[in-house]
Amino acid sequence: MLESKIPSGPLAEKWTSHKDHINLVNPANKRLIDIIVVGTGLAGSSASASLAEMGYNVKAFCFQDSPRRAHSIAAQGGINAAKNYQNDGDSVYRLFYDTVKGGDYRSREANVHRLAEVSTSIIDQCVAQGVPFAREYGGLLDNRSFGGVQVSRTFYAKGQTGQQLLLGAYSALSRQISKGKVEMFTRHEMMDVVVVDGKCRGIIARNLITGELERHTAHAVVLASGGYGNVFYLSTNAMGSNVSAAWKAHKKGAYMANPCFTQIHPTCIPVSGEHQSKLTLMSESLRNDGRIWVPAKKEDAEAIRKGTKRATDIAEEDRDYYLERRYPAFGNLVPRDVASRAAKERCDEGFGVNETGEAVFLDYASAFLRYGKTEANIRGLSNPSQGEIIDLGKQVVKAKYGNLFDMYKQIAADDPYETPMKIYPAVHYTMGGLWVDYNLMTSVPGLYATGESNFSDHGANRLGASALMQGLADGYFVLPYTIGDYLSDDIRTGTLSSDSPEFEAAEKGVQDRIDQLVNNNGTKPVDDFHRRLGRIMWSECGMSRNEAGLKQAISDIRALREEFFRDVRVPGTAGEFNPELDKAGRVADFLELGELMCKDALERRESCGGHFREEFRTPEGEALRDDENFAFVSAWEYTGDPSDATLHKEDLKFENIELKQRSYK
Amino acid sequence: MALTGLFLCLFLVGHLAGNLQLIFITGEEGQQAFNEYAQFMTTFPLVKILSYLTYASVLFHVVDGIVLTMQNRKARPVGYVKENGAANAKWASRNMGILGTIILVFLVSHMQSFWYTMHFGDIPMHNGLKDLHTVVLQFFSPENSLGLVAVVGYVLAQMAVAFHLSHGVQSGFQSLGVRHAKYTPIIELSGMGFALLVPTLFAIIPIFLYITQL
Amino acid sequence: MDLTLKVWRQNGPQDAGRMETYPVSDVSPDMSFLEMMDMMNDQIIRSGGDPVAFDHDCREGICGMCSMFINGEAHGPNRGTTTCQLHMRSFKDGDTITIEPWRASAFPVVKDLAVDRSSFDRVIQSGGYISVNTSGETLDANAIPVPKGQADDAFSAATCIGCGACVATCKNASAMLFVSAKVSQFALLPQGQPERATRVQRMVEQMDKEGFGNCTNTGACAVECPKGIDLSNIARMNRDYLSASALEE
Repeated sequence: MLESKIPSGPLAEKWTSHKDHINLVNPANKRLIDIIVVGTGLAGSSASASLAEMGYNVKAFCFQDSPRRAHSIAAQGGINAAKNYQNDGDSVYRLFYDTVKGGDYRSREANVHRLAEVSTSIIDQCVAQGVPFAREYGGLLDNRSFGGVQVSRTFYAKGQTGQQLLLGAYSALSRQISKGKVEMFTRHEMMDVVVVDGKCRGIIARNLITGELERHTAHAVVLASGGYGNVFYLSTNAMGSNVSAAWKAHKKGAYMANPCFTQIHPTCIPVSGEHQSKLTLMSESLRNDGRIWVPAKKEDAEAIRKGTKRATDIAEEDRDYYLERRYPAFGNLVPRDVASRAAKERCDEGFGVNETGEAVFLDYASAFLRYGKTEANIRGLSNPSQGEIIDLGKQVVKAKYGNLFDMYKQIAADDPYETPMKIYPAVHYTMGGLWVDYNLMTSVPGLYATGESNFSDHGANRLGASALMQGLADGYFVLPYTIGDYLSDDIRTGTLSSDSPEFEAAEKGVQDRIDQLVNNNGTKPVDDFHRRLGRIMWSECGMSRNEAGLKQAISDIRALREEFFRDVRVPGTAGEFNPELDKAGRVADFLELGELMCKDALERRESCGGHFREEFRTPEGEALRDDENFAFVSAWEYTGDPSDATLHKEDLKFENIELKQRSYK
Repeated sequence: MALTGLFLCLFLVGHLAGNLQLIFITGEEGQQAFNEYAQFMTTFPLVKILSYLTYASVLFHVVDGIVLTMQNRKARPVGYVKENGAANAKWASRNMGILGTIILVFLVSHMQSFWYTMHFGDIPMHNGLKDLHTVVLQFFSPENSLGLVAVVGYVLAQMAVAFHLSHGVQSGFQSLGVRHAKYTPIIELSGMGFALLVPTLFAIIPIFLYITQL
Repeated sequence: MDLTLKVWRQNGPQDAGRMETYPVSDVSPDMSFLEMMDMMNDQIIRSGGDPVAFDHDCREGICGMCSMFINGEAHGPNRGTTTCQLHMRSFKDGDTITIEPWRASAFPVVKDLAVDRSSFDRVIQSGGYISVNTSGETLDANAIPVPKGQADDAFSAATCIGCGACVATCKNASAMLFVSAKVSQFALLPQGQPERATRVQRMVEQMDKEGFGNCTNTGACAVECPKGIDLSNIARMNRDYLSASALEE
């Protein structure tokens, strides 16, 4: 049933040999083929630009007012590539290995190896496009290290790497728009995919300014619509990030894979109150230099919470650098899932350091000293005072992370140069997504999924600086080749018509849903339901999960969904610019997705990566995998209701890596 | 705007140098020197060319200013209900059009008072030269019923010039792309110095003439 | 704290628009400005009204979507801050806050506080890129060293988020800061040299075509820019444009 189409042959040769043997579409025929790309983040922009360059006619869609605003722009820390510029023994294999291990052995070997292989091209490509990566004094590219690895392979542009990479992809996209090869539809939302004779043949889109529904045909549709972290209401995603495109595809036959694999990022600014609409990440790169701690004594933690003591009042010996204590080999640079759970564990034990008790310190004091000493040596200062050293150190840190420190100061109203930052884990990324084969095609022929919207490369936990790598790898270097294999059969199809019963039915379905929402005449705004869904998801399907909680969550979500359709109030009409209506449609889909996530989490009776089931842990409290029974991808087929979804299993075969209990000790 | 503006700054320096004779050389000697200078300025061919260049510059500066202002108005047809311009830009930079208009009005009146009189007016002669010196002195004289008005008007116009230059000089360099981390502060400082010094010196002259004729 | 909001309401590009007053109470100083707007909209929806439309997305100061002219300044009174990063602790209990959309003919109002900034995209499409195919078959990334200072300057220019605060704040609605930031990013890098002259000419031409006003160097744009884009970029663009025009064949 699930044909992953992984090429045969040795791991390192699979991708090259696959590229050499798949079918191609000749340049003249490419001009006869239309491709729709939904989303203009790293994956979508890069795919649109590459496909258009190759000669296909591309229609690109985004709900924002400009393709440059997609949420890839907010990625901070960096992008991995196995360049080994730092001469620390990095290689394609090592990047591959780290990624599979970091993903807790729940990803496909062949996909991950391909990702590691093309990673080096990404950097070359981006530099050629004028992406201003950070450089050393010699004029060559600089690297930093990230969680879960022991080499420095992360390329960066201060704390704005995602912005710079997206602007690079956007510039490539803009070039194709100016040539007329890409037709760009901004402020358009994909409302449904249209399947004709078993093949994806187009989409129904809604013009968000006029509210009009539009039919768009294509020989293939590529979803690059991002992740669904906003199902938790509070997350580091943008307010508009949503699951709707992927969810509509799921309802039309695309399987949803591993939906419960959610990444909770350890370093975010803690929640400040009920009014909070989103959470802000503090880049993982900060863990490079910062040290995470809580007070070792409960009374100190209480005093800090009450405001009678400050972080700087706690003596060195009374601090518990719990990551360094528990994981001496990786220390503060353990993978995200491990760091997040460790923070939760300390806070649950009563060592939290803000009013809500849900925060730990990220301290830069020792980094100021360390950098300051080096800088003093570089500048040839003899006998600098402690104060001078710290000031120099602050300057170095400012050059590396200035924008992040500024951001913290604005949000938290606290100066991180003077007192340690307070951080707490928050939902950040979803490893799960639409199931795709090696060619990135979903279970619906002609429908592809790239970037965060697919499930393919990160297993149960994504390593830092790998999302940007995957988005661009899919868009620039994988999909443009693999899509030809499918489209080579379509060169005689010719122009497609949107005047078919399938388009008719899809548009009617969309119109009915919209009418239902705007005419509902309920009493509560959409956000009210979204917030409540988020609370259920965070407490029962968040950092740790258990059977009873998940079962409760499923029934709570069902009740909430029922209430939503009974009592939601959507102001305005369908035929105008109506952000509340847009939001209502998205939340309706989250209300279904949330249930499937809980169902998936319930069925996966093991702990792995970001999925931590309290029933399955080692005596030391670490995640306990069950490779015997759960070394598979859960791919869910929609059958009319999330609770009735059918599970298909794709067994994961590890031929090049030995399955081991993950250890960062 | 930048090229003509900066050229007109040079003109101001030349004009000021000539005018300062009114202060530094007084009496009969001054009258003779100034009238000779006026004769030279209105007849020497090279100066003629320069003067036409100056007229052209003024004209271009004015017309271009009007065209740009009209374009700028069109770029924001509906204004803000509340706009706090003082929060992010200096007053002079936001009011160059008004300042320029004041200067233009002054220029017309100034040309009418001296340039027109010198070229076409009924002007007394002194030692065979047109006696512009006496015309100027009488214009700013306490005995003239409008003398004080002339002095005050002249000083106010110079204040407009000062504000106009305080933004204009460095703006001219910026428009031409002359900017450098090390040298721009010097340009800005010199620009401010120029904007302060030149109009002040211009303004001192009528005050001096008025007081010395009391 | 309790506030009075005066908000611009406009049904569409053709509507004349007007200011309307909304009281909001129990605003927490820890709220972001947009969370305060959410709260206002929540009240409006619950009382059966039409909520105020405004653009926003990332709410962490990087996507450039939020765009409010608050109390006479783009993104409000704080420096280096987008509207989403402005917090209510910057205001006082009892304040009256005036909120308007960006105003420029090149940014027509979509509804209420949301405007159409696609003119910026068209400027980029006119030449804001390096013409290189996305094959990955380029030089090794380290084949061309770029002096660190130059790379840093290019990066600083490239941090522009395209929010349009520069246009909104400029008394002439000029887009020079935005356009010059993109021109500068490429002008400062070796990769950008082959198209340097044509790029600046095309982008400036497109900028004029879009109906933005002229730069009179008031410097307001750089003061209000949430990302601190420097005026030196405008000088660089002027320089490049003049020399490109002078040397054009």
